[in-house]
Amino acid sequence: MSLVQMSVRDEPVAVTEKPGRKPGFGRHSRLVFGLVVPVVLALGWEILVRLGLANGRLVPPPSVIFATFAELARSGELQRHILVTTSRVAAGFAIGTITGTLLGAISGYSALTRRLFDPTLQALRAIPSIAWVPLFILWFGIFEGSKITLISVGVFFPVYLGVMGAVMSVDRKLVEVGRAFRLSPVAMVRRILLPAVLPAYVIALRSGLGLGWMFVVAAELLGASEGLGFLLVDGQQLGKPAQIVAAIVAFAIIGKISDWIIVLATAPLLRWEDRFSAERVAD
Amino acid sequence: MLTLENVSKTYPNGVHALEKISLEVKPGEVIVIVGGSGCGKSTLLRAISGLDTPSRGRVVLDGVEIKLPQEQIGIIFQEPRLLPWLSVADNVGFGLDNRPRAERRERVAEALARVGLSDKADVWPRELSGGQAQRVAIARALVPRPQVLLLDEPFSALDAFTRTDLQDHLLYLWADTRPTLILVTHDVEEAIVLADRIFVMRPRPGQIFEEIPADLPRPRDRQSAAFDFVKRRVLAALDRSLARDARIDDRKTDAETGAAMWW
Repeated sequence: MSLVQMSVRDEPVAVTEKPGRKPGFGRHSRLVFGLVVPVVLALGWEILVRLGLANGRLVPPPSVIFATFAELARSGELQRHILVTTSRVAAGFAIGTITGTLLGAISGYSALTRRLFDPTLQALRAIPSIAWVPLFILWFGIFEGSKITLISVGVFFPVYLGVMGAVMSVDRKLVEVGRAFRLSPVAMVRRILLPAVLPAYVIALRSGLGLGWMFVVAAELLGASEGLGFLLVDGQQLGKPAQIVAAIVAFAIIGKISDWIIVLATAPLLRWEDRFSAERVAD
Repeated sequence: MLTLENVSKTYPNGVHALEKISLEVKPGEVIVIVGGSGCGKSTLLRAISGLDTPSRGRVVLDGVEIKLPQEQIGIIFQEPRLLPWLSVADNVGFGLDNRPRAERRERVAEALARVGLSDKADVWPRELSGGQAQRVAIARALVPRPQVLLLDEPFSALDAFTRTDLQDHLLYLWADTRPTLILVTHDVEEAIVLADRIFVMRPRPGQIFEEIPADLPRPRDRQSAAFDFVKRRVLAALDRSLARDARIDDRKTDAETGAAMWW
């Protein structure tokens, strides 16, 4: 989640803050520089295995991982597993986001609801979510139901907390502007509260999605016949470490892409933000 | 005609902010309220705006009691309070949401031109200086053409140069439709530049301590002797308003005795 985001945020600071820096050592050079360590390690391992100095069976060299990845993709296996895993995350993310947003908004808005529900929810949050798995399997069966419930629970809490905090911290002074212009309750939500909580909401969604990916792995490790998590277990049981690494790489790629989608989709709505990095660019 | 009848305000935490304030303000009049901090100036303004309701007494505008914010009453706060997610133009047009788009655009453009910020229509509020942001806030309050405009220490966060500039600018905007202005400030010069009448408040509980007319010809020369005279009178009243009870009877000052002869 953070590699690209970090390089994007750091870059203007470096360029504007250090005018004495040599021209050409900009964004691309920095990206290349950051790749030095992983590339050297990968190439080194590849060479060691090729020269027969190391046995690559448990830690497969990059060429083997790439070949496994390509083979899985060519047979359509990879796409099928990705599709299954992604649909589980999508369903769980949707359920967790909707319930988290609604309950978070109500708890943030009404102190009574907050006093009533928040202690219970905070107590539930303290339970490591994986501990629910046996119960969910008893309740919702071994198939999709229990998996999607587990993912929903994982997504729910960061979204709930983020939305509640955001609503509670909306600037009273801006709400007062809405009152001075006689906004109806609906208009107040639409024209003041929603835009005001949006930046925090996007962050809540991104951490919710991150947890969604985490929990889909947990759910699939605990029993699945398809999905990237199944590829992990399958690779372990059949002694195919390259398949495990290929599945991990697939997780990293689609996790990053899904995070990007949220960032890109909401960026036009957040252009107004008076952010630290935006300010630096303006200077 | 805006009338305050025995307006008192006690907050739920027991703070007695206002005690029996009565005022009559003629349409188009400029009233400035000065007083030390904590004397209830802002509370009074919020009661007039309808954002707060008085505990006792009433605020009446043209025969209608004000209990909630009204379209005829605009308010400008100490901070610009622009909505950061709207462009400058959309901020100015915030109160015109129920009007047709063409009318809205025209009135926003006109208001921005009058505050001299036509070129900033499409920028975000974060890109404005403090003075520019407050000018946008003034435009936003004036665009619905209120009968009464309330200003709560509107220029106190600005530097001295920007402040005098905006005071003149406010008068220029006021001269157009001549709304009633009620401005709260702790800046005595600002009070005299703007006011037809100045009310000095005294704290605990907030009461009107003294009314001082400031009917100098406009535009007002900050260097003139008459200006200086009113200034000394206001300062003396402020001084006495904050003094302990023992000194309150001692109301005759030099300024007071000379009141009739300043011209």
